[in-house]
Amino acid sequence: MTVTAAPVPGPRTRARRGAGSGRPAWSFVTFLVALVVASPVIAVVVDGVLNGREATMPRGLGGMVVTTLLLMTGVGLGTLVVGGGLAWLVTAYRFPGRDVLVWLLVLPLAMPAYILGFVFLSTFDAAGPVQSLLRDVLGDAVAFSVRSLPGAIVVMSLSLFPYVYLMARAALVEQSPTTYDAARSLGAGRRRAFWRVVVPLARPSLAAGLAIVMMEVLTDFATVQYFGVKTVSVGVYLVWKGSYDFHAATQISALVLVFAVAVLAGERLMRGRARFTQRGGRGAGLPAERLTGAHGWAATLACLLALAAGFVVPVIRLVGWAVAEARADPEAFVDERFGEYLANSLAVAAIAATGCVLLSLVMSHAVRIGGGRVVGSAASVTTFGYAVPGAVVGIGVLLVFAWADRALEALGVPNGTGLLVTGSVLGILYAYLVRFLAPAYQAVDASFAKIAPSMTLSAMSLGAGPLGVLSRVHLPLVRPGVAVALVLVTIDAIKELPIVLLLRPFGFTTVAVWVYQLAAENFWQKAALPALVIVAAATVPVYVLFRQIRATDRRDARER
Amino acid sequence: MPRSPRVRRPALLLASTLALSATVSGCGFLGIGGDEPGDIQVYSARHYDLEDAFVEFEEETGLKVDFIFGDDAELLERLKSEGDESPADMFVTVDAGNLWNAEEQGVLQPVDSQVLKDSIPAEYRDPGNEWFGLALRARTIAYNPDNVDPADFDTEDTYAGLTDPKWKGRLCMRDSTEAYTQSLVASLIDLHGRERTKEIVQGWLDNDVDIMSNDIELLEAVDAGTCDVAIVNHYYYARELDEKPDLNVKLFWASQDGAGTHVNISGAGITESSDAPKKAQRLLEWLASDGQKAFVGGNHEYPVNPDVAPDDVIAGFGDFTPMPVDAKAYGSLNPEATELLAEVGYE
Repeated sequence: MTVTAAPVPGPRTRARRGAGSGRPAWSFVTFLVALVVASPVIAVVVDGVLNGREATMPRGLGGMVVTTLLLMTGVGLGTLVVGGGLAWLVTAYRFPGRDVLVWLLVLPLAMPAYILGFVFLSTFDAAGPVQSLLRDVLGDAVAFSVRSLPGAIVVMSLSLFPYVYLMARAALVEQSPTTYDAARSLGAGRRRAFWRVVVPLARPSLAAGLAIVMMEVLTDFATVQYFGVKTVSVGVYLVWKGSYDFHAATQISALVLVFAVAVLAGERLMRGRARFTQRGGRGAGLPAERLTGAHGWAATLACLLALAAGFVVPVIRLVGWAVAEARADPEAFVDERFGEYLANSLAVAAIAATGCVLLSLVMSHAVRIGGGRVVGSAASVTTFGYAVPGAVVGIGVLLVFAWADRALEALGVPNGTGLLVTGSVLGILYAYLVRFLAPAYQAVDASFAKIAPSMTLSAMSLGAGPLGVLSRVHLPLVRPGVAVALVLVTIDAIKELPIVLLLRPFGFTTVAVWVYQLAAENFWQKAALPALVIVAAATVPVYVLFRQIRATDRRDARER
Repeated sequence: MPRSPRVRRPALLLASTLALSATVSGCGFLGIGGDEPGDIQVYSARHYDLEDAFVEFEEETGLKVDFIFGDDAELLERLKSEGDESPADMFVTVDAGNLWNAEEQGVLQPVDSQVLKDSIPAEYRDPGNEWFGLALRARTIAYNPDNVDPADFDTEDTYAGLTDPKWKGRLCMRDSTEAYTQSLVASLIDLHGRERTKEIVQGWLDNDVDIMSNDIELLEAVDAGTCDVAIVNHYYYARELDEKPDLNVKLFWASQDGAGTHVNISGAGITESSDAPKKAQRLLEWLASDGQKAFVGGNHEYPVNPDVAPDDVIAGFGDFTPMPVDAKAYGSLNPEATELLAEVGYE
């Protein structure tokens, strides 16, 4: 693909600064976004420090820190191997079912953690059908508990690998084949070219995917609770709900933030100082080699196995329950307000996804056209929200609005903001922005990292303004990253629970809340149907976007 | 370069999704339009068929109730941060400790009502009249009759009796993050003191107790025979029995020759910020009297009102002596209970 940036006609002849000196307006917007997004988190921490009694740190906090580290390491390795490996498999090879599997492999993301934990335990624990079957075959001695740290690592790796998979795939698709071809023509075998060329080039994206996985592990409460794994997040929960001490809980949340900072620092470190950009614009991806016979089917099997564990088995279990429920009570099977719940979920998710992606584009662009380290740091700050448990973000939003309220009243505005937050979905959208800007920014920024600075510079020196560079140079080049960002935020937003639960106005129910109302009271069979609806709702954006990507990839290939 | 269709198509999809959603939900989600707000607004940490109870109340009185269901601790924080502007008139929660804590945090106001005093025994309501218990749940023993002779249970202190070595490898219980576990341990601390309770919990651990993350799982494990004895809430047993009449599990009322079976209350109070306290009081009074059946029925709980009979399923479990509920103790001892559980390594 060749990029042509035609000179902009008209009177735009003011002197251009170099790309390094920054564009005040764009930098300012980035700072503003960082401030808005960071303030609920800051509010919670400040509130905790101001009002906290002597912090009652939970006993065994050291152990929780170690457990958290072990879990993060385990899940990090697991998702890297599964997600990265599968991304390479579907990109570099063609095999039976590959075209469908490419997008099916994202689906484990659609399974909410609060439902997956239960489904897994009820399926694989001692009293579950799998071990019962084993007992029938092997005798009564078979009875073991899967409720353990390794169990949690396996389950979380299987449900979170799509983050790495998506990022890695976007990176591989964007890679221009020239580097790989050069390596091969210089005598490197496929394997050597993979480890020495492809992987280093994909490193920023792998790092971004891993960072999201780590933050997801940090904030997860549902899965770790099911598997009896005491992470720092469980500490937050125990202090808040067991000791009724919210302020002490926020102080432990601050500890979770320290982990998040470490994760992001690790990500920068993993990206390294090297900047791998490529000439020739966005690549058309690697030439896919056809796998035939047993190799082909082995590849298919590998994808299917990953998919089965993280998606198909839980879905089958849920379908079984839903059918049993429908038989038992056909009348009460579907909630009459079902359509409304679904519409609410989709609307909020669509707005959140659009907002997050637009802001990510603006920020990545602002960092790119100059602004240096300070603007870059401001953009990084916006990703911390992802490492804060949803309920804590929700309370941060409440606090920010409460303060805004008081400030407005002090300025003489009667009633301040009124009940703007909890009286409408505004609070939910704000909290979504705080939480989900991270995956969007990581995805978009990883794509930006592959654009050669010379490209930006040439466009600008040819007379394109910042907006022109964004819409006509950067946007077309980072399209895969944008697609990934849209998918990630949409899915995350559809299944998000604590924020909606906490900030929703009267009468506002999403599908996730519907699941929770039933699951919280252990009506697992009844919760099966709405859980399947979430999965189905998340399938649509995944499918549409992958079709989109494939269609444009093919067209690009033709044009070339 | 013309604007490519690939940018336009997702945009189109997005726009149509939004338009569709707005139409279906009547723009309700934006906080504009939508239904008329109700007469009474309730924040509830309890859901079980509450909607049906509120509909029944509206039919009887013409007062419409709106409610939001959520997590105890989170709804309490929402109430606190909304302050005087909170729309909530009533706060419903599911644990004596939570009721006590809501009072401590100052989000409730006292209600002087003869109906409430007549309907609810004094031990199940706040001496300061800020909160009122409405339903009772018992946490007791479920066992597999094939593997357990109920005569083996210690009838004086059944919970402590499970530390006996004869139960080694046969026990299943809930995890320490669960309020049920915390409140049971808090009640044991109240009863026996911290040191003795620590010995009891340690004794369960020494018996290799298998810890699980929900009560249904516990019951299924007992049914499957992978566990012989579990501690569960009575209504989960009632519900499982509803669904599987051939469930191979029996209930045993704990500590009947001693302090009684551990019970806890769900209840409600009227919020400090309420702008319709009289209407909210009417709802509260209804829930404690005519509405008792509607409030507890969907969940097989015991009514607090002695004039209301429990439903048929749980009536079949027989009478039992409950351990007296001390909300203040449960609430104030809960932090100690969580700490004790962590200290002995009960996960």
